[in-house]
Amino acid sequence: MERRAFLQTAGGLGAGLVIGFRIPARGEQEPSPFAPNAWLRIAPDDSVLVIVDRSEMGQGVVTSLPMLLAEELEADWSKVKIEFAPADKAYINPLFGLQGTGGSSSVRAAWTPLRKAGAAAREVLIAAAAQRWAVKTTECHAENGAVVHTKTKRRLRYGQLAVRAATLPVPTDVALKDPKDWRIAGKPTKRLDASIKTNGRAKFGIDTWVPGMRIAVVARSPVFGGKVKSFDATAAKAVEGVRNVVQISSGIAVVATGYWPAKLGRDALKVEWDEGPTASVSSASITQMFTERAAQPTAAVAKHVGDPDAGLSGAATKVDADYEMPFLAHTTMEPMNCTAHVRADGVDIWAPTQFQTGAQGIGAAIGGVRPEQVKVHTTFLGGGFGRRFELDFIQEALETSKAAGGVPVKVIWSREDDVRNGQYRPANFHRMRAGLGADGKPVAWSHRIVAPSIMARVFPNTVQNGLDGEAVEGGVELPYTVPNLHVDYMLTDTGIPVGFWRSVNNSFNAFAVETFIDECAAAAKADPFEYRRALLAGAPRHRGVLELAAAKAGWGTPLPSGRARGIAVFKSFESFVAQVTEVSVSSAGEVRVHRVVCAVDCGMHVNPLTVEAQMQGGIVYGLTAALKGAITIDKGRVQQGNFDDYQMLHMNEMPVVEVYIVPSTEAPGGIGEPGTPPIGPAVGNALFALTGKRIRKLPIGTVA
Amino acid sequence: MPAFTLTVNGRPHTVNVAADTPLLWVLRDNLGLTGTKFGCGIAACGACTVHLDGEATRSCVTPISAVGTAKVTTIEGLSPVATAASHRVQKAWVAEDVPQCGYCQSGQIMAAAALLATTPDPTDEQIDSTMTNICRCGTYQRIRAAVHRAAKEA
Repeated sequence: MERRAFLQTAGGLGAGLVIGFRIPARGEQEPSPFAPNAWLRIAPDDSVLVIVDRSEMGQGVVTSLPMLLAEELEADWSKVKIEFAPADKAYINPLFGLQGTGGSSSVRAAWTPLRKAGAAAREVLIAAAAQRWAVKTTECHAENGAVVHTKTKRRLRYGQLAVRAATLPVPTDVALKDPKDWRIAGKPTKRLDASIKTNGRAKFGIDTWVPGMRIAVVARSPVFGGKVKSFDATAAKAVEGVRNVVQISSGIAVVATGYWPAKLGRDALKVEWDEGPTASVSSASITQMFTERAAQPTAAVAKHVGDPDAGLSGAATKVDADYEMPFLAHTTMEPMNCTAHVRADGVDIWAPTQFQTGAQGIGAAIGGVRPEQVKVHTTFLGGGFGRRFELDFIQEALETSKAAGGVPVKVIWSREDDVRNGQYRPANFHRMRAGLGADGKPVAWSHRIVAPSIMARVFPNTVQNGLDGEAVEGGVELPYTVPNLHVDYMLTDTGIPVGFWRSVNNSFNAFAVETFIDECAAAAKADPFEYRRALLAGAPRHRGVLELAAAKAGWGTPLPSGRARGIAVFKSFESFVAQVTEVSVSSAGEVRVHRVVCAVDCGMHVNPLTVEAQMQGGIVYGLTAALKGAITIDKGRVQQGNFDDYQMLHMNEMPVVEVYIVPSTEAPGGIGEPGTPPIGPAVGNALFALTGKRIRKLPIGTVA
Repeated sequence: MPAFTLTVNGRPHTVNVAADTPLLWVLRDNLGLTGTKFGCGIAACGACTVHLDGEATRSCVTPISAVGTAKVTTIEGLSPVATAASHRVQKAWVAEDVPQCGYCQSGQIMAAAALLATTPDPTDEQIDSTMTNICRCGTYQRIRAAVHRAAKEA
C-alpha cells in the first residue's frame, strides 16, 4: 500500500477501537506519526500503535500479532498499543484472499508480513538517527524502542525519530532475525487486553452505543427456511418504548428505545409463518437418512489406495463400527448482535465480526453504496468459534436500520435466538471397516462419511462431483500406515443450515478415526498407545506428540481404582496434538474427566501462554460437546434454547489440563482449533478402557 | 413508566422504565454501564453478575422493582480507581492472564469478589460450588488459580 493511500485510510482509523491510544483533543495538533506500512504508527510520544487486522475473539491476536512486529522493530514492548483495522484491501488475509479471521490462520498469515513490516520500520528509524548524527547506518543499532550509536552510546528514542523517519524511504526487503535471537516473540507474554477485560472497559459489539441509536429484537421463523405469511404489530406497537415494527428478510424487527421494550414488543407480536419443507424434518428422520446413505454401495471417493476390498475380505480379523454425532451450536458467550447505520452517503457497521470483507460487501449491497463508503468498525468478539464468520446478524442490522428510516439500530439476539438460528456443526454419520492381519496391524481401512456440507452452502463452487474436500479433512490424511485405504463421502443435505464450528469437520472425523484405531487396537489385543506408535513410523510429528503426552501422563503406570486412561492424536490446521485423559464414572453414571495431558507441536510459536490457553480452551470446547452437546430437531425446529437445555461445562467439571509444547523450528501451525478434535475420542477411549463399552455416539451423557 | 431511584457504584440514579425491566438492562441501556454482560437472561450463565449490598446477584432476572434501596456495585465500581483494574481480584486476573474473549469475566470477577468477601481462603470445592458462571473459552483453570492468588494477596 502506498503511504499516501494508507494515511488516507488511517484518517478513518480514529473511529476504530483504541486501547490506551492518546486521541488528540479538539484543536490540538495531530501528532505526525511515522506510518511506514498498514500495520504500524509511531508517534512522538514513543507509542507504537499496531493495527491488528484480525478479530480478537479470545485467541490472543491482539498480543501475538504485535509481538511479531515488535520483535523485528526492536520495540519497547511497554509502549505497544493496539487498534483494530478497518475493512481495507491492505488487511486481506493472504491465506483466504479476503479480510477475515478463521481457520487458525492468524499467526501463520502474519508470520512473514508483520515481521517484515517491523524490520523495515526499524531500518528507517536507524536511517533517521544516522542522518541526525551524520554517521553511517552501519554504526547504529536498534534496541528496546531506541536507536543507539554503538560506539558513542548516543541514543534517540523512536518517538524522537518519528517525524524524520516519516520523510525517509521504506526499504522493501530487509533480512529477518534468526528466531534464536528473539527477545519478545516466543517468550511467555501477558495479554495486552487483560486489564480492560477485567474492569468492564473492553467494548464488545453488544456494548456499541451511537447517538440516536435504537435497539431491535427480531422475530424469526421457528422452522429453518420459513417465511412471514402475515403479521399483526398492533399489540407490539402498544408496548411503551417500541418505536417501530418493520419487516426484514429474516422476519419482523421490533425497534425500541432499549432491549427490554424491544423484547416485550416481540413477545406481543403476532406472526403467521409459512414454515416450508423443513417442517417435516426431525433428528429421527435425519438419522434414518444417514443410515440409509451409509449403506449405499458408492459415494464420492475422497481417497483410494491399493485394493481395500480385497484387503478387507482377506483379513484375519474384521473390525466394523458406526459412529454418529449431532448438530452443535456455537453459543458464543456474547449473543449475536450488530449495530448498523444506513444513510444515503454511506454505511457504518459496528460488529463483533470475523469477516470484515463480507460485512463491507453486504453493507454496500443493502445500503446501495460503494464498498469504500462502508466503514466496518470491528469490536472485541465475545467468542467467535466460526459463528461470527456468518453475516446473518449483520444483514439484520443493516436491513432494520434501512427499513426504520435510516436510524442507527443495534440488533440484539436473545440466547434462544442464538441457539435456534445458528449454522450448526454438521450432524454426521460414519461407517468404518478395517481388516487386520495376523500381526494385528490394519491391512485395509474403509471410512464412509455421511454429512451435510458446509462448503455447499458457503462456497458451492468448491464442491465437485459430490465431494466436499473439507468435509473429509482428517479422514483422508490418515497418519497410520495402512496399505489399502478407502475414504468416501455422501453429501447429505438435511435442511438444517451448517457452518464453521471450532475445528470444523475435524471435530467429527477425529472422533471417527481416533475411536476406530482404538477399536482396532482392542481387536488386536494391543495397548492403544503402543499400537498407534507402531503405525506412526511415517508420521514423526504425530508420533512425537503421542510419545510426549504418554510419557507426561505416565501411560501404563497404575491409577487409583475406578480410573482409566484414554489416548488420541490428531493433526489439524498444520498442528499436531495428542491428549491423554484420566476418567472415572460415578455410581449414577456421570462421567468425570480428572486430568488431560496435552502435547502440542505447532511448529514455531509466538506466545507459549497463548498456546497453553488455546489448548485449554479447545479442550473445554471439545469436552463440552463430547459429554453434553446436542442440538436436536423436531418438526424443523431446534428443541434446545438456552443454557438450561444446551448445557456447558462448568468450573466443577473442569479437569486439570497440562500442556506441553514441543520445541520446534518447523513452520508455524494454527493454535485456536487443534486442541478441540482429540479430546472427544480420548475421553471415549478412556471410558472403553474403564467399562469395556465403546462410545459410538455423541454426546456421551451418562454411562450405564 | 414509573420512576425508580437506585444507587449504583455509590451514585444515585433515577430511571423511568417498566417495573419488570431487569436490572441488567437498566445498567446497560439506561445508565450506559456496559461492563455487565447479557449472556442468557435466565440466570444460568452469570455474565450479568453484580453485587447487591455486596452479594453476588444475577441482574438479568432481578427486576428493577425488586432492587429497592440495595446498593448496586458493578464491575465498573469494583475497583476504587474506575479506570484501572486495581481490586485484588482484578489484579489476580491480570497476573494469571485469565481472560480470553473476556465477555464472561466481569461476571466471573464479581462472583469471585463476593466469594472472597465471605470466604477469605476458599478451597477448590468452595470455588466449584460458588463459581457457577459459564466460560465458553474454557478459562476455568486460570480462574481457579486467580481466585487462590487473590485470596493470598488479601
